[in-house]
Amino acid sequence: MVITDELVTYLEALGRIKLPEESRAKAQSDLQEILQYIDTLSELDTEGIEPMSHALPLTNVMREDEVQPSAPTEEVLANAPVKKDGYFLVPRSFE
Amino acid sequence: MELKDMTALELGAAIRKGEISAVEAAEFSLGQIERYDKQFSCFVTVQEDVLQRAEEVQKGIAAGAFTSPLAGVPMGIKDNMCQKGIQTSCGSRMLAGFKPTYSATAVEEIMKAGAVPLGKLNMDEFAMGSTSETSFFGVTRNPWNAECVPGGSSGGSAAAVAAGECFYSLGSDTGGSIRQPASFCGVTGIKPTYGAVSRFGLVAYASSLDQIGPLARNAADCAAVLGEIMKQDRRDNTSVATKGIDLQKVLHTDVKGMRIGIPADFFGEGLDKEVAACIEAAAKQLESMGATVEKFDMPIVKYAIPAYYIIASAEASSNLSRYDGIKYGYRAEHPADLLDLYTKSRSEGFGMEVKRRIMLGCFVLSSGYYDAYYRKALQAKALIKAAFDRAFERYDLILGPVAPTTALKIGENLSDPLKMYLGDIYTVMINLAGLPAASVPCGFDGKGMPVGMHLIGHYFDEEKILGAAHAYQQVTDWHKRKPTQLDRI
Repeated sequence: MVITDELVTYLEALGRIKLPEESRAKAQSDLQEILQYIDTLSELDTEGIEPMSHALPLTNVMREDEVQPSAPTEEVLANAPVKKDGYFLVPRSFE
Repeated sequence: MELKDMTALELGAAIRKGEISAVEAAEFSLGQIERYDKQFSCFVTVQEDVLQRAEEVQKGIAAGAFTSPLAGVPMGIKDNMCQKGIQTSCGSRMLAGFKPTYSATAVEEIMKAGAVPLGKLNMDEFAMGSTSETSFFGVTRNPWNAECVPGGSSGGSAAAVAAGECFYSLGSDTGGSIRQPASFCGVTGIKPTYGAVSRFGLVAYASSLDQIGPLARNAADCAAVLGEIMKQDRRDNTSVATKGIDLQKVLHTDVKGMRIGIPADFFGEGLDKEVAACIEAAAKQLESMGATVEKFDMPIVKYAIPAYYIIASAEASSNLSRYDGIKYGYRAEHPADLLDLYTKSRSEGFGMEVKRRIMLGCFVLSSGYYDAYYRKALQAKALIKAAFDRAFERYDLILGPVAPTTALKIGENLSDPLKMYLGDIYTVMINLAGLPAASVPCGFDGKGMPVGMHLIGHYFDEEKILGAAHAYQQVTDWHKRKPTQLDRI
């Protein structure tokens, strides 16, 4: 697997991040090196092995569907960098 | 006994007996922070209400409201656990100034036990790292040698205990983040079984691997702390009911007759000779105490790091998508539009290692690569768990090194991420399998840096791990040694 400049751009877009121009080349070679190492996993025979997301057999942990008070608006907004009239303020998202 | 030499349980007992007050203990710890933290930078935040809280706890002890053996003991909390009204930064610019409106369950539980929190402890940004160098708030240094890293990501939690700035701390461990710094700083730390401690209020890195646990001066203290925080919590559906920790049982564990296995594959290429010698000596010690020790093969070891970095990065890229510059956290100025607000805020708010893992996670989850990487890693995870399940049919505990080396010099690994990842070889597989494991001081290298042994148990065998560690600490004094430079600062 070769990490191209286009792939780096694609991953930036997926992750909603932009690398500083001066560290792009290093990031690309680091990712290449990490991926090359990670590729050793392809040697491992996993034929017929069920993928495991959790080590403990917990499935469908249910609780009663009870009404609980929500956090007060002031608390929800307490850490918002920009707010207005009890709402989060965001840039215009469509014209 | 002098305060500086006391363990958390010894101090707790002295407070209960009225030999010292919780306020005096808190004043002592604040003095220690004043004296040492300029040098080691363990704390991101020192709380302003420490003495007030200590007074409150002292009254509570007198009134019978606090009965824990740890009541009144000053401690520290890793800066990725929410504590109401106290900055919880995760070592990131993204969360600088973020003051949670609620506390993590583990924090609530330790407060119920009468803890006196001194403040929040430094860490690698978003717990991604093994050196505590990537924090936005500066580099934490190793009390054994300030030129060296304390390990990570719970580097502040380990260094603060080693420097005597607090009597115990809470850390978190996703791929070794409690055990590796415990090993590097010569303290005892345990990552409990996945699900034993609630993750509610722990800032998420890789949710299927993250687990909160204690770091302290010895195994008995770790058992006492763990006993307080190991509670099932309906706010974390992956938390499970356990029988808790019976401290007396831990204190009276005999390793005689215990079967201890050592994976031969842990002693391969990359393991420092001096570290290997310390582990072999610890094995001999345990044998002389009546345990049987034997080596066995565990070839799956070499696939643990690839599987871990795929799974952890995938979950991180998903978990960290919540940082959008809107609800809380860092927000960039003058965005052109909504997408630009996300991208700018995240680019300016996250450091390089976090960006790297987000990109790696996006890659392994992206269409076309999902099966080859993410699915394959989950299969490897199943094989790793199966290998441990088979081993625990034959052994009570598994022994090995925590890290292939002792603490490295500051800056040594920062520019080479793969080299840093390789240092996690022995620890990450434990998180993948969801097992409990501790780091216990077992020697020093030629440069005087501590070495920790890894004691791994089967699911919910925390008592057995800490019991064996306690028995070992009754006949060894590695855990009692202190950096001599502390007297000169």
